[in-house]
Amino acid sequence: MAEQVLALDGLEKRFGALKATDGVSLTLEDGEIHALIGPNGAGKSTLIHQIAGTLKPDAGSIRFLGRDIGHLGVAERARLGLGRTFQVSSLAPEFSALRNVMLAVQARQGSSFRFWRPVMRDAALTEPAMAALERVGLAGRARVPAAELSHGERRQLEIAIALALGSRAFLLDEPMAGMGPEGSKALTGFLDGLRAEAPILLVEHDMDAVFALADRISVLVYGRIIATGSVEAIRNDPAVREAYLGEPA
Amino acid sequence: MSRETAVSLAFLALLLALPFAAQALDEPFYITLATRMAILALAATGLNIALGLGGLVSFGHAAFFGIGGYAAGILATHAFNNEPLLLGLPGTNQMIVMWIVGAAVAGLVALAIGLISLRTSGVYFIMITLAFAQMIYYFAISWPAYGGEDGLSIYVRNAFPGVNTLKPMSFFLICYALLLAALALFWRLRDSRFGAALQAGRQNPVRLAAVGIAPFRIRLVAFVASGMVTAVAGALFADLNRFVSPSMLSWHMSGELIVLIILGGVGRLAGAVAGAMLYVLFEFVLGGMTEHWQLFLGLILLAVVLFARGGLIGLLAGRPRHG
Repeated sequence: MAEQVLALDGLEKRFGALKATDGVSLTLEDGEIHALIGPNGAGKSTLIHQIAGTLKPDAGSIRFLGRDIGHLGVAERARLGLGRTFQVSSLAPEFSALRNVMLAVQARQGSSFRFWRPVMRDAALTEPAMAALERVGLAGRARVPAAELSHGERRQLEIAIALALGSRAFLLDEPMAGMGPEGSKALTGFLDGLRAEAPILLVEHDMDAVFALADRISVLVYGRIIATGSVEAIRNDPAVREAYLGEPA
Repeated sequence: MSRETAVSLAFLALLLALPFAAQALDEPFYITLATRMAILALAATGLNIALGLGGLVSFGHAAFFGIGGYAAGILATHAFNNEPLLLGLPGTNQMIVMWIVGAAVAGLVALAIGLISLRTSGVYFIMITLAFAQMIYYFAISWPAYGGEDGLSIYVRNAFPGVNTLKPMSFFLICYALLLAALALFWRLRDSRFGAALQAGRQNPVRLAAVGIAPFRIRLVAFVASGMVTAVAGALFADLNRFVSPSMLSWHMSGELIVLIILGGVGRLAGAVAGAMLYVLFEFVLGGMTEHWQLFLGLILLAVVLFARGGLIGLLAGRPRHG
């Protein structure tokens, strides 16, 4: 069996009477794309928040690269190599695309307490950042402020940032959302190659993309994982068809 | 040269030309006016590090301004009376020592205030910084050893090696040189890695944390540096007026510094310079016409906030470019 990069065990999160995460256990293994699907309100975003560190679970453990990260803050988890993209793009809007990526390069080098040298003349920052932009096909828009990028370009930029962080695992929260069919197709091809670099936990509503990409799929309904398995197994699982795909069993 | 650089240099040249013109016209009062502009610009440049780059709206920077002022006043008083200060150490009439002492004390106080207040944000941060500054203000009022409410006079302007500081022009040039140094610091900080993290934290702290940089420490360092620069301006202000009083510590002063930056341009290199020049000019021209000049200042501020968000620099140089 491939090495476990990320392992959730018995994760629980309650908001008042609502159990948003109800005993979730799942693993992300080296080289795979593990898709997390489920209807709206199933608790997918709540789960991502707990993995990234913006929400603290009430119970259960999160292990990343063999280490318990449950007590760590967002920034510390990111430094360990947990690269996430946001469901709604979260960028520094006044900074150009290049500077947004440069921030990630700088964070990866662990060197934010340097006070004198201008970043724009620092090839140790600009070159890796430009390379990450080239990989996602955004090099031509490097100098455009993030606020002026199109929706799809911002999603690409988020991925470039995660790449520049040298992430050991990617948490991608609906990367296809709001993209046109062309964009989705291009991104699907890109993610397909990305899994060799680091495994991807992919939350996505675009089923074409999920079925094309996923090695394994977990189905989350009312905070509970009702099934985990290969694409074939999930397609044919009667409980999943009823709960999610909207077909009677 | 970018348009902003040109505009910034123009303001600095104008400020430098003002006292020379005054001297040529034999109007020494205007040298004092220009000195006041330079000192307020220095104080506001300090605040601009926290407020402009970091988005930390400190409503308590008068604390640092006043600490600088009292550092100068207390050291000078001890030197004048020939009384030892602390642990047998003497006072001094050397400006450089005062700047260092003022900046060091302000830095420690900023560290303490920052450690607590930077755990909050938005309006809570504004209120906590205000509360700390008011505590120091009331402490100064109720501390009789250094004049309490009446303040403290500096009988002779303090000294700077090789310069006759009693000449208004010489004192102006000292203030101007320090202003240039602070602007250089601001400029390098802004473009550095530290500045990138600080500005990203203003634009989107969630993004900053997501790449693995915790905003807290970055902001704390910025807040301390900001307080230290403002303290040096406070020491100069005490020397200009030859007087320190609790009013330097009052919330009016904190507000004045924020107003200067909004008038000039938040986060812009020469924003504090343009703002201070405009403010002192209003104070002088409008203040000469009516006691209620601040009413007109309020109207101007309103116009800036509604129609010229980038302040004077934004109006003249357009939006900032981040490369």
